[in-house]
Amino acid sequence: MDFILEPLNLVTFFPLVGVLVLLFLKKDQKDAARWTALVASLVTFAISLWVLSQFKASETGLQMEVNATWFTFGAWEIKYALGVDGLSILLLLLTTFLTPISILSTWTAVEDRVRDFMLFFLLLEVGMVGVFLAQDLFLFYVFWEFTLVPMYFLIGIWGGAERMYAAIKFFLYTMAGSILMLLAILWLGNNQGTFYVPALIEQGGIPENLQTWLFFAFAAAFAIKVPMWPLHSWLPDAHVQAPTAGSVILAGVLLKMGTYGFLRFNIPLFPEAAKEWAWLMALLAVIGILYGAAVSYWQKDVKKLVAYSSVSHLGFVMLGLFALNPQGIEGAILQMVNHGLSTGALFLLIGVIYERRHTREFSEFGGLWKVMPVYAVVTLIVSLSSMGLPGLNGFVGEFTILLGAWGAGQEGLLGNNGVLYAGFAAAGVILAAVYILYMFGTMFLGPLTNEKNENLKDLNWREVVTLVPLLVLIFWIGLYPKPFFDLMAPTVEHLVATLGM
Amino acid sequence: MVSIEYYIGLSAILFIIGTMGVLTRRNAIIIFMSIELMLNAANLLFVAFARMFEALGGQIFVFFVMTVAAAEVAVGLALIVAVFRTKQTINIDEASTLKG
Amino acid sequence: MLLSETTTTGFLELVPWIVFFPVIGLLLNIIFGRRWGELGVAITAVSASALSLVVSVLQFITLQGAHGEAMVYKLAEWLHIGSFSIPWEFRVDTLSVTMMLVVSGVGTLIHLYAVGYMHYDVRYKGDPKSYARFFIYLNLFIAMMMILVSGNSYLMLFVGWEGVGLCSFLLIGFWFTKNPDATEGTQNSYAAKKAFIANRVGDFGFLMAMFLTFWHFGTLSFSELFPEVAHYEGPESLVWWIAGFMLLGVTGKSAQIPLYVWLPDAMAGPTPVSALIHAATMVTAGVYLVARSAPVFSAVEGVHVMVALVGAATALFAATIAVGQYDIKKVLAYSTVSQLGFMVAAVGMGAYVAGMFHLVTHAFFKALLFLGSGSVILAVERGHHPLVETGDADASHGHDDHGHDDHHGEVFDPQDMRNMGGLRKKIPWTFWTYMAGTLALAGIFPFAGFWSKDEILLDASHFEGAMAVYWLLVIAAAFTAFYMGRQVWMVFFGEPRHHAAEEAKESPWTVLLPLVVLAILSTLGGFMNWPFESGLEPHRFGHWLEYTLKVSLGHELHIPEFSFSVAIQSTLIAVAAIFISWLVYGRKPLKSGQTDPLAKALGPIFKGMNAKWWVDELYQAVILTPYEKLAKFLSQTIDWSFWHDWFHEKGIRDNFQRLANFLANPIDMGVIDKISYLLAQGAQGSAGWLSKLQTGFVRNYALAVFTGVVVILGYLVLFR
Repeated sequence: MDFILEPLNLVTFFPLVGVLVLLFLKKDQKDAARWTALVASLVTFAISLWVLSQFKASETGLQMEVNATWFTFGAWEIKYALGVDGLSILLLLLTTFLTPISILSTWTAVEDRVRDFMLFFLLLEVGMVGVFLAQDLFLFYVFWEFTLVPMYFLIGIWGGAERMYAAIKFFLYTMAGSILMLLAILWLGNNQGTFYVPALIEQGGIPENLQTWLFFAFAAAFAIKVPMWPLHSWLPDAHVQAPTAGSVILAGVLLKMGTYGFLRFNIPLFPEAAKEWAWLMALLAVIGILYGAAVSYWQKDVKKLVAYSSVSHLGFVMLGLFALNPQGIEGAILQMVNHGLSTGALFLLIGVIYERRHTREFSEFGGLWKVMPVYAVVTLIVSLSSMGLPGLNGFVGEFTILLGAWGAGQEGLLGNNGVLYAGFAAAGVILAAVYILYMFGTMFLGPLTNEKNENLKDLNWREVVTLVPLLVLIFWIGLYPKPFFDLMAPTVEHLVATLGM
Repeated sequence: MVSIEYYIGLSAILFIIGTMGVLTRRNAIIIFMSIELMLNAANLLFVAFARMFEALGGQIFVFFVMTVAAAEVAVGLALIVAVFRTKQTINIDEASTLKG
Repeated sequence: MLLSETTTTGFLELVPWIVFFPVIGLLLNIIFGRRWGELGVAITAVSASALSLVVSVLQFITLQGAHGEAMVYKLAEWLHIGSFSIPWEFRVDTLSVTMMLVVSGVGTLIHLYAVGYMHYDVRYKGDPKSYARFFIYLNLFIAMMMILVSGNSYLMLFVGWEGVGLCSFLLIGFWFTKNPDATEGTQNSYAAKKAFIANRVGDFGFLMAMFLTFWHFGTLSFSELFPEVAHYEGPESLVWWIAGFMLLGVTGKSAQIPLYVWLPDAMAGPTPVSALIHAATMVTAGVYLVARSAPVFSAVEGVHVMVALVGAATALFAATIAVGQYDIKKVLAYSTVSQLGFMVAAVGMGAYVAGMFHLVTHAFFKALLFLGSGSVILAVERGHHPLVETGDADASHGHDDHGHDDHHGEVFDPQDMRNMGGLRKKIPWTFWTYMAGTLALAGIFPFAGFWSKDEILLDASHFEGAMAVYWLLVIAAAFTAFYMGRQVWMVFFGEPRHHAAEEAKESPWTVLLPLVVLAILSTLGGFMNWPFESGLEPHRFGHWLEYTLKVSLGHELHIPEFSFSVAIQSTLIAVAAIFISWLVYGRKPLKSGQTDPLAKALGPIFKGMNAKWWVDELYQAVILTPYEKLAKFLSQTIDWSFWHDWFHEKGIRDNFQRLANFLANPIDMGVIDKISYLLAQGAQGSAGWLSKLQTGFVRNYALAVFTGVVVILGYLVLFR
C-alpha cells in the first residue's frame, strides 16, 4: 500500500482510476464520462501540486524516487524507477495542468463516443507523465511508445476529414525514430550493465566515437518528436486533423517529450558527443526558427499556421538546450512551458472558432473583433505571448535562450559563430511578428465582410474557464518568472557543471 | 452376501440397455435417459468393487460421476431446449446440419 | 546599489506608482467600463494619468532634495539565471524624471482632450462602445511609457519599449474596420501592422545590442554598466557594434531613416493618439535611449558622426516630403519625423542637453499642433455632419464603414487641407493656439522651439565630426518653416473651399483647455533653459540634466554659450521661408478645385515629395514582395510540394507501397502462396471424399464410437 501511495506512483497512475470508472459507464452516459475524466485529471493535477510542495528546489538530484526491480531478463535488470528533479518538475506540472483544460475544452466539441475519447485521453496522460518521470531507459521507452497509442486513436477516430492518413503518418513517423533509440537503449543496457539513468551517467566511460552513434540514435527519436527541421512533415498533418484537445496536448506536451529527451538523455549521457555536435543541433534549430516562421506566413489555414509556428518555437528551445550554458538551458525549459501554454491556448482558441464556424480558412474571417471582442482580446494576448512581447511569458524564454546562445559563441562552444546563431534566431523574432500579426490582422481586424460571422457568439463561461488559467500563467511567467527559474536553476547549473563547461 | 458376479451381470445388462437406447432411439430426451443408465451401470460397478476391495476410492468416484452427470444434464437439457426452439423438434436426426 | 545610498530618499518608494496608477485605471475600466458610461471611464482614465503626474512631480521634488543624485528603487526580482540578473528596478534621476514629467504631463492633457474629442469621434465612426476601449489603451500606454523611462536596465527599458509599440499598434488600428477599400498603404489595420513590424526590426537591433552589452560587460543595469563603459579600453569595434545595433532600435522607435515609414501611416490612429504617442512621447523614446546610453555613444568618437548623420539626413528628407502633403496630419507626421531627426542628430553629436531640450519643447508644440489639427478636423467634421446633440450619431452614419459620403456622392476627407480654408474666423481658439505651435515649430523668437532648435544648430556648428550635419539641419529648418507656413495659409486663411469648412464649429472646452495650456507651454517653454545671466542660473535645464550625464559620462558636459550669429542666421532663414510660403499660398489663396501652385512650379519634384519619394514602393519591391515570394516558395514548393508530397508521399510512402506490392504479388502470391495452395488443394480433395463420413446423425457417430470401443477392447482382451 505504501508503495502505491508514493507520490510519483500516484501522480502517474491516478488517471487509471478514471479509466476504470469509465469502463463501467454506458456508451450514452456522455456527461458522466466527461465529469469522470475531468475529476480524475483534476485530482491528478492536485497530486502533482502535492509533489511540487514536497519538491526541494535547492537539491540537484532525483527526488521522491521510486526504485524497484521490475523484472530481470538474463543478466539485465529492468528497474521500475521514477523520480523527479528540476528538469522534469515543470513539465510534469505542465502535463497535469493542460490535461484537465483540454478535457474541459471538449465538453461540447466531442459528442461522438465520448466515453472512449475520455478513456484514451486519460491513458495518454498516464503515458506522458510516465515519460517525464521514468528514470530507467527501458521503462522510459515503454511509456514513450505507449503515448503513441492513445494519440493514434484520438487523431484517427475524432479527427478531421483525412484523420486516418494523419494518424498513420504520425504513428509511423515517430515509430521509425524510436526504433533507433531502442537499439541504442539495448546497446547501453548490454554494454554498461544497467538501464538505470543515474547509474549510467555516473558510470560514464562510453568511448567518444560510440557516443556519437548513440547520440544520433537517441536524437533520431527525439528530433522527430520535437520536431526539428527537416523532420517536421508529420506535424502539420497531425495538427490539422487532430481534434482540438488532441492538438493542445500534442503541441503542449507531446512535442516537449522530444526536447525533454534531449535534455534528460542526450546531453548528460553523451556529453562529449553533445558538445561536439552542438553546432549541428543549433544550426538545425536556427534553420527551423526561420523556416518555420517563413512557412507559417503563407498558410491559408489557421491551425496549420500555428502548427508551423511550433517548428519555429521549438527551434528556440533546441537552440537554448545546445547553448549548453545555464541561460540557454533554463530558458529552453521555461520556453517548453511557455510554448505549451501559448500554443496550447492558441489551439484552444482556434477550437472555439472552429466549433462555431466549422472552418479554419483565413479567407472566411475578418473583423471578428467586432462580434467577439472578448475572444479577440484573449487571442491578442496569447498571440503576443507567442511572438515574445516583453511582460508576457514568451519573451522571458526567448530572451534567455538568445542570451545563452550568444554566450555559447563567446565560450567557443558554437565556434566563433555563436553570435550568428543568436543573430539569425533573433531575426526570427521579427518574422514571428510578421506571421502572428498576419494571422491576427486577417482574422480580427478590418471590416466584417463575411455575413456568416455576423451573429457569432462570444466566449461562453466554460471557454473562459479553460482560458483564464492559461492567461494567468502567461502573465505570471512574464512578470515574475523567478519561482519557475528557482525550481530548475540548481539542477541545471549542476548539469552544466558536470558537462565541464 | 451377494457375489460380485451378479453385480457385474446386472451392470452389464444395464449398460447394454443404455447403449442400445442411445444407438436406436431418436428422441433426444430418451437418449439422455439412456446415457444416464450407462453412467449408473458404471456407478453400480464402482460401488460393488469398492465394497469388495474395501477401498473408499470407488465410492468417491461415484460422487464425481453423479456431479458430472448432473452438470451434463444441465448443459444437455439447455442444448435440447435450444435445438427445440430453432427446429421445433427434438428428433436428433433432424439436427444434422454438420453433415459433410 | 551605491547610488541609492543618499541621505534623503523622499518619495522614492512611491515611484512604482507611476506605473501602478495607470494599470489600476485600465483594469477598472476593463471591468466597469461598460457599466459606468463615458463620464466614469473618463474620470478614471484621466485621474489615473493625473495621479501618475503627481507621483512624477513628487519624484522631481525628491530629486531636488537630493541635489540631483540618481536613486534606484528595487521593486522585485525578475530574471535571475546564472550570472545574469535583472530586477524590476526603477531609476530616478534628472533624465528619467524629465521624461516622466513630459509623459505624464502631456499625457494627462491629452487624456483630457480625448475626453471631449473621442465623444464625437466614436459617434462619427458609428461605434460609441469603443469609448472605454480607447482609454484603456491610453492608460496602458502611459504605464508602458513610464516603464520605459524609469527602468534601471536595458531590459526593463525594453519591456516599455515593446509595450509602447504594442499600444501604438492597438491605437493605430483603433478604427480597425475603417478604410478597407483604400490602397494597402492607408488601410488602418495595415498601418498598425506596419508600425509593429517596423518597430520589431528596430527591436531586433536593440536585442542584439543587449546581448553584446551583457556578454562583454556582464550586466544590463545602468548603474553597473555605465561606470564600466566609461573606463572601457577594449577594441573599438565592440562599441561600434553596440551603438550601431542600438541605432537600429532608435531608427525604429524614433522613426529615422531607414525605418521611419511606419510613422506617417500611423496617423490612421485617432488624433489624440497621434499627438501623444506619435509626436510627443513614444517616438522620442529613441532620443531618450541615446541620451541614456550617452557613455556608450561617447566611448568612441566616430559613433557620433554616424548617429548625427542619420538624424540630420532624416530631418531634411522628411521635411521635403512634408512640403508635398495635403493631409493636415500627414504634414505634421512628416514634420515629426523631421524634428525627431533634429533630436537624434543632437544627441548623436553628443549635445544631449540640446536634444533633450528639443524633445521637451517639441512635446509641447507638436502635441499642440496635433491636438489643434484634431480640433480642426473635428470642427470640419461637425460642419459636415451636424450631430443630433442628444448624443448618438444619426442612423444614416451608424454603420458607415466606407468613409463619409458627401451629399454630392463624392468621398469627403475631413483631413484634406484642400477642403479647408478660412477657418481662422470659424474656430478662433484653435487658430490662435495653432499659431503658437506653428511659430514654435518654425523656430521664431521667443517661442519654445526657437531656443531648443537654436541650441541644436549651435552645437551642430561646433560639431567637428561632419559639417554636413549643420547644413542639413539648417536647410531642414528652412523647409520646416515653409511647410508650416503653407499649412497655416491653406487651412486658416483665404476662403472656405468646402461647405464643411464654411460651417465648421469650435470644439468643446475639454478640447480647448489642453490647447491653451500647451500653447502657453509652447510659448514660454523655452525659458527653462534660458541661456543668459538674469537673476536665475543660466542653462538651468542643462545643469539639471548634467547631474545625470556627468555621472554616466564620467566628465563634465560642454554647454556652449549662446551665439547671436547662429540665432540670427536661423531666424532669418525661418522668416524668409515663411515669407516664401506667403508668396506661394498666402498672397493668392487657393480656390476650390485649384491645383497646388507649388505643383506647377516644381513639377516632378513636387510629385516626388507628394509620393513620399516612393520609399514605401521601394520597400515593397525590395523587401516585402521578395519575402512574400520566399515564404510562398518555401511553404508551397519546398515544404509542401517537395518535402511533404514528393519526398514523403512519393518517395517514402509510394516506394514502400511498391516494395510491399512486389513482396505481396510476385513473391508472396506467386511463390509462397503457391505452395500452400497446392497443399490446400490436396487437403480439399481428400476432404471431399472423407466428408461423406460426416452424416450428421448423432446416432451414427455414437455407433462408431461404440464399435471403436468394442474393437479396442476386443484387441486388448484377445491379443494382449
